[in-house]
Amino acid sequence: MNPSAIPIQPETVSRFTETPLIRKKHRRELVAKGIFGAMALAMVIPLLIIIGYLLIKAWPLLSWGFLTHNPTNGMRQGGVWSAFLGTIYLVVVSLCIAAPVGVLSAVYLNEYAKENWFTRIVNLAVLNLAGVPSIVHALFGLGAFVLFAGIGRSIIAASLTLAIMTMPVIIASTKEALASVPMNFREACWNVGASRWQTIKGIVLPNSLSGILTGVILQVSRTAGETAPIMFTGAVFYRDIVEGNLFAYKLTDQCMALSMHLFAVSTQVTNAPEALPYAIAVVLLGSVLLVNATAIIVRTYLRSRKKW
Amino acid sequence: MPADQSPNRGLSFQLLRSGASSDAPAPTRTKAFQKASTRRWHRIGEFSIESLIRLCGISAIIFIFAIFFFVLREAAPVLRKLDIGKFLFTTAWYPTSLGTPRYGVLALIVGTLSVTTLAMVVAVPFGLGAAIFVSEFCSGKVRETLKVVIELLAAIPSVVWGFIGLTVMNAAIQKLFDAEVGVNVLNAGIILALMSVPIIVSIGEDALKAVPDSFREAGIALGATKWQLVYRVLLPAAKNGLLAAALLGVARAVGETMAVLMATGNSVNIPHSLFDSVRTLTQTIAAELGETSHGSDHYRVLFLIGVLLFIITFVINLSADLAVRGIRKK
Repeated sequence: MNPSAIPIQPETVSRFTETPLIRKKHRRELVAKGIFGAMALAMVIPLLIIIGYLLIKAWPLLSWGFLTHNPTNGMRQGGVWSAFLGTIYLVVVSLCIAAPVGVLSAVYLNEYAKENWFTRIVNLAVLNLAGVPSIVHALFGLGAFVLFAGIGRSIIAASLTLAIMTMPVIIASTKEALASVPMNFREACWNVGASRWQTIKGIVLPNSLSGILTGVILQVSRTAGETAPIMFTGAVFYRDIVEGNLFAYKLTDQCMALSMHLFAVSTQVTNAPEALPYAIAVVLLGSVLLVNATAIIVRTYLRSRKKW
Repeated sequence: MPADQSPNRGLSFQLLRSGASSDAPAPTRTKAFQKASTRRWHRIGEFSIESLIRLCGISAIIFIFAIFFFVLREAAPVLRKLDIGKFLFTTAWYPTSLGTPRYGVLALIVGTLSVTTLAMVVAVPFGLGAAIFVSEFCSGKVRETLKVVIELLAAIPSVVWGFIGLTVMNAAIQKLFDAEVGVNVLNAGIILALMSVPIIVSIGEDALKAVPDSFREAGIALGATKWQLVYRVLLPAAKNGLLAAALLGVARAVGETMAVLMATGNSVNIPHSLFDSVRTLTQTIAAELGETSHGSDHYRVLFLIGVLLFIITFVINLSADLAVRGIRKK
């Protein structure tokens, strides 16, 4: 039936049109939405401005050679190769330590731990581990690994410090992924006679792979950007290594790192060309954001394939 | 139904957890006709992997204690020589003075407080506003995009923020306010605000998500607009979670090192205006530890500042956790 064919009665109209009160209500709604939207937008804009400004300033120096050459002339010229490789070393080594411990820790918290005071304390400890200032982690790394354990300032000591600092990222992300695996998956597995660990290995972990992967990737980006924890545990201002050799550092060596390099060039080195620190910042920020974007893409892709 | 998209996720999460803990059957035996030795090996394997999982599970506690222990261990010898009252409540920080080095961290505490306060004055309203917008006022593509932007904003390394403070903000403040130096409380405060907004948004959004949908439905059924819903229903219901979000933002700002090291101007004094340079607890450690000799009083005092920072952030995180626990109980 055509709705416009219904005759409109005058009283009905007056009952359902906007009274001033309702109009006020809707105006307020619009104002509130506008303000909150502006606040959200206020976060998008700085990100774009920062990236744009850094790129423009760094443009003259950006080239493939910048990535593959060592800094020269007291860090005033050349590229970032030794720092870039150092960051890769720190990331890989700390990932090898943090990923297994972090994933198993999340498995414990989600699959084994009972709801009691002890679990609450473990959760609180994870929360606090993420909240301890990075410089305190640096002091801990210096006190425990460099001095007490006698490892000395080295890639190992710095990576251990970074691993402990970034482990909560993996724990949080894995825990969330494990919790989203439906309970009846586990029950089905138990009912065919699988043990607890077999269930976790065969059903729970494969089904929460996307969350684990995301956590691991986010940990990588976090590790790559940190400066304070490695300052006193294994990073140095300058080190000359062979260009193009991926195995130029030994694990007991000290190394350069991109974040530390940016700090050094922008605060300690005088007469550096203006574009140099910007170019280092672009390389650092670019790699970190690239890694993060990968995490987001992996997560979206694997989530879209989920069948439950 | 995807568990992570169900409307009352808190509840389903709770169900999953209680199921995992109470209904878990004991490890079942392998079939009877299998050899006894294989069975034993299975059980040993199972036992060792479970022990490993338990060990990793409690590793966070071990690490927290280890951090406190090792930092305190380096600081301890100086505690006998140092008057704690003087350490905390005097402003004279002359650690390298030849005759009588004095270690008063009050100015550093005030420096930390000033930049943190300014950062929170900016970041808390913006962060909570953005959290409300993301959680209640937009949907679909806009929400996904905003969440990605927040995630990327959170990923920017602190040293890059510091570099931006040192260059972009420094020049902008000098130009806009005609200030002598651009690295000051204002600069560090804004940088810290930008750094702590993402954490406030994501925790605040979680807090709003945790409010049951039935609350929203009841409000809509009464004819409330979204704003009325937010103001009258969601904010009161989620206030503990929002408080926790703000507290975690504070913890982030207090603990930040590299950004403030490059943006505060690094001079020890009690600020009188936004344009004074200050110095914070964290940056003092970062700036001076490299120059001290191992085992000297100065070196140990820096570790003592570390202990102080550990305690401050521990208390903040603990209260944030208690605030969140407040909503869970309800």
